[in-house]
Amino acid sequence: MAYNWNWDVFLQPTATGDDTYLGWMFYGLKMTIALSLSAWVIALALGAVVGVLRTVPNKWLSGFAAAYVEVFRNIPLLVQLFLWYFVMPELLPVDWGNALKQTNPVLQQFLASMLCLALFTSARVAEQVRSGINSLPPGQKNAGLAMGFTLPQTYRFVLLPMAVRLIIPPLTSEFLNIFKNSAVCSTIGLLELAAQGRQLVDYTAQPYESFIAVTLAYLLINVVVMFGMRWVEAHVRVPGYIGGK
Amino acid sequence: MAMISMNKVSKYYGSFQVLADCTTQVAKGEVIVVCGPSGSGKSTLIKCVNGLEPFQSGEIIVNGVSVGDPRTKLSQLRSTVGMVFQNFELFPHMRIIENLSIAQIKVLGRSEGEARAKAASLLDRVGLSEQAEKYPGQLSGGQQQRVAIARALAMDPICMLFDEPTSALDPEMVNEVLDVMTELAKEGMTMMCVTHEMGFAKRVATRVIFMDQGRIVEDDSKDAFFEAARSQRAQQFLAKILHH
Repeated sequence: MAYNWNWDVFLQPTATGDDTYLGWMFYGLKMTIALSLSAWVIALALGAVVGVLRTVPNKWLSGFAAAYVEVFRNIPLLVQLFLWYFVMPELLPVDWGNALKQTNPVLQQFLASMLCLALFTSARVAEQVRSGINSLPPGQKNAGLAMGFTLPQTYRFVLLPMAVRLIIPPLTSEFLNIFKNSAVCSTIGLLELAAQGRQLVDYTAQPYESFIAVTLAYLLINVVVMFGMRWVEAHVRVPGYIGGK
Repeated sequence: MAMISMNKVSKYYGSFQVLADCTTQVAKGEVIVVCGPSGSGKSTLIKCVNGLEPFQSGEIIVNGVSVGDPRTKLSQLRSTVGMVFQNFELFPHMRIIENLSIAQIKVLGRSEGEARAKAASLLDRVGLSEQAEKYPGQLSGGQQQRVAIARALAMDPICMLFDEPTSALDPEMVNEVLDVMTELAKEGMTMMCVTHEMGFAKRVATRVIFMDQGRIVEDDSKDAFFEAARSQRAQQFLAKILHH
């Protein structure tokens, strides 16, 4: 196969002349990280609330939480993204919709992507929070209540601290997933890492270098996340607890 | 006035009746041992006392407060009733001293210093001062259960409920827990204990309640119960539990 490897391509100025191709890659990398981290923070917060609601005695609240989870995890991520980006502005009051459409297009893409990833992931986080709470011995809740804690206090001081520790490994997978899933957002034109990789191919005709760089960048992100989460896990380990020590 | 008063308490799981017209009174300072075959409703009965288990009919009054009344603030009531569980149920992510002080701070509004001082003196009382900075998982079962008793006492309860406190323990650790309970009884604590420890019942109880199939079959002074149990069911139970 006659292929001209050319790693110097990253240092060449881009066709538009205002940056190098490496600069484009960094832009994409920053966009992917900003998008994924902001979506992750929202997903954790929402997922924790919804996961807790799934376990409360109140039928209306747990029913609402169950419906939330089913909606956001059963619609394909790509479809959700199109709904947020193309359909949602039309459903807003006309003035709001128009105002939204007049904002910076990158901001529009970013907000739609962030919301979409956050809600999709929050449904999955919620399921893990629920399973973490349900995997605790049932007596723990009674012990909290018997001390005179209210139900919210029992969650806050007794159930959640242990449940969260138990679900760190599956949460790590979810955290890794959100970076990988963010590639879907290239379909609405957001110039994140995957989109920049494709753009590089178009401009330089060096597909191998471009996609190797993209692959390594995703790998790098995920290695950092993995080690970070491993550190967290070791840091909050409870001495003497099963799996602890 | 009775500390705990139950009047025709009944509870159902669906169509299955777990408690049937349970009526009894516990006076201040009394030590009641509740026994009976498994599935007879003894644990459920004492969990009704602090509202951990709801019941469908009847009435339970604890120190003048109706447990079943929807207007009763159960968390408030529970903070005055200590409870000790079969599986200890210490909070595994907290140090022993924190296990004893957190509810004092968050529920009773005591200061951190006050709560810790109280916790330390109670740990000393159950002989576990050395373990204050450890985590529950680093203690033996007997030690954990003594901590659990101290944790309940830290709230200055008006009465204590024990739900099979020695059933999950290795035999050699049973006595250290029973000793703490015996001492507590001697100091005049009002106690309801679900237990199969008949030696404890004979030594410490003022009254014994025997349950079968959700009913209180016997409710008598301990002497009357051990020497002349009236019901055949209780006689059978005693024969099995005492002669091996």
